[in-house]
Amino acid sequence: MAEKNIPMREALRQALREEMLRDDRVYVMGEEVGQWQGTHRVTQGLLEEFGAKRVIDTPISEMVIGGAAVGAAMAGLRPVAEFMTINFAFLALDAMINHAAKIHYMFNGQFKVPLVFRAASGWGNQATATHSHTPEPIFAHFPGMYVACPATPRDAKGMLKASIRDENPVLFTESIALYSKPGPVPDSDEFVLPIGKSEIKREGKHVTLVTYARGVEWSLAAAQELSKQGVECEVIDMRWLRPLDMEAVFESFKKTNRCVVVEESLPLYSFGSEIAAQIQDQMFDYMDAPVKRVSAMDVPLPYAHDIELMALPNTQKVIDAVREVI
Amino acid sequence: MAEISKNTLLDWYRQMVLIRQFETRCDELYRDKKITGVYLHLYSGHEATGIGALAAIEKRDHVITAYRDHGLALIRGVDAKPLMAEMMGKRTGVSGGKGGSMHLASRKHNFWGGYAIVGGHLPLAAGIAQACRYNNTDEVVICFIGDGATNNGYFHESLNFSQIYKLPVIWIIENNLVGMGTRIEDASGQPILHRRADAYGIKDLERVDGQNVVEVYNRVKEGVEYARREGPVLIESMTYRYKGHGVSDRSYDKRLADELKDWVENKEPITILANLLKTEHGVDDHQLEAIVDQQLKIVEESVEYALNSPDPDADDLVRNVYVE
Repeated sequence: MAEKNIPMREALRQALREEMLRDDRVYVMGEEVGQWQGTHRVTQGLLEEFGAKRVIDTPISEMVIGGAAVGAAMAGLRPVAEFMTINFAFLALDAMINHAAKIHYMFNGQFKVPLVFRAASGWGNQATATHSHTPEPIFAHFPGMYVACPATPRDAKGMLKASIRDENPVLFTESIALYSKPGPVPDSDEFVLPIGKSEIKREGKHVTLVTYARGVEWSLAAAQELSKQGVECEVIDMRWLRPLDMEAVFESFKKTNRCVVVEESLPLYSFGSEIAAQIQDQMFDYMDAPVKRVSAMDVPLPYAHDIELMALPNTQKVIDAVREVI
Repeated sequence: MAEISKNTLLDWYRQMVLIRQFETRCDELYRDKKITGVYLHLYSGHEATGIGALAAIEKRDHVITAYRDHGLALIRGVDAKPLMAEMMGKRTGVSGGKGGSMHLASRKHNFWGGYAIVGGHLPLAAGIAQACRYNNTDEVVICFIGDGATNNGYFHESLNFSQIYKLPVIWIIENNLVGMGTRIEDASGQPILHRRADAYGIKDLERVDGQNVVEVYNRVKEGVEYARREGPVLIESMTYRYKGHGVSDRSYDKRLADELKDWVENKEPITILANLLKTEHGVDDHQLEAIVDQQLKIVEESVEYALNSPDPDADDLVRNVYVE
């Protein structure tokens, strides 16, 4: 398949545009998605191409953006609702958790809720405490809604298309720090990745690094550095926090017997906690070392840049954690 | 205003009695521990509001409400048997025994459900209405709102949203004066709730006597005609709950004794409709009693059906978490 080198925001835009062309029921709704051209420029040009019926600028009303997407999806449309950042999705938690995730079950399958909530996520640029969140695991806690966290432009396109086509609700998070980073993307409108399938981004035999989204970048950089010192890390990009592809983690762990989890999120009740718990439960006989976690520090993020960076994961912290388990 | 036929009025009487009998039986069954759990919110007292409103729409239109949902399901034509089975958490319930009293729904009746997070269904109503417009239909959505729900953010966001896109929603506040235990004048800066329409630029169809089914019908009919062509309307229907907030409310009859007495004696929707049938249409007590007997039979059959239905099993527990 021919590929083009494009940034993640353009890959996401391609996914939206292709799915809107493919299916009349797909539409985009959110704050500043139309006339402003998207806060993060993901929806740029869509209003001009598809018109105001399918690219709907909303008021600053996250509760109704979330809930109206649920109602419209129940009624047979396929909304892609954008939260400007995931911080604002907190305002829509009830619609997302109590309704999007539970309606199919609660009414015993009478209704489907085929929607996608898109949300820009992550920290950086001194965005400060209320605008520096990576709360993806919170949303993945609840059965009924999938959570997608792509790390590359290629994955972003294939995973977003899969999310739009799926019959279940999906929270699709997009790391703000990755929007501008280019990568090869298949130049085909039929490139769709499977839901819930992880990918080994680098093979190795000594330590398994389990990560997602921006953590992939730090993990690959750490693996490259460690390789020079003779330590070969296997980097598994989970891609989806729900469904969680633990089989892939177990397969790798059987080979390496060591694991470091790399997450941009906070450490308590986290992605890392879950991976570590499942490894000790299922892989006890294969364990040669404790599972280590590289997470953000357990503090709200400050404005001052130096201490902001101090609180967050980075490549060196990954290298240090790997050193502890080998 | 169109004349309403005797047959229509008799059918409304039938529905009213069915709901009242169904709810009275639910109350008894709860006390006998045949219906369990902690939530059971009865529609007794509200019947005229629900019946008048839903008589004003067509089958192709849509209905969504909060947790006081039994009566509306019955009016919409959902059979009493699977409704009673849902009360008892049976596999044959409308929601397979997984939703319970507060989460009745029937897709084929365009009854989009009862919802138990106060106000949480309002944006869903807006979304369903958005789909009606998106698909170029003339369908409308009736969304019932408790008075208590007018004070949370969903009310504000959803009504505003509906007016921006001229969505075909008839927002009906069922104002029964009390949100759980807090009186509306203690909870609302503007306790005349329909006036809020003005804040959103929504057509204000004001207050209607929610105990008079004919008046409710006529007002909602006007709202439906407007919503099909133009956009949302807001109606405030004044009503009263005869059984308190829900089964957890054990002191309503003492707490609200005088007020309750006044509504039951002077504003009872079944009596108001019975008097109309007798004085204007020559219906006698014998005919009305026959209707009551028929409805009692339907309710008893639903109880038998529910009691003899199987419980959900371990496979049901994990089914329909996702669309497979």
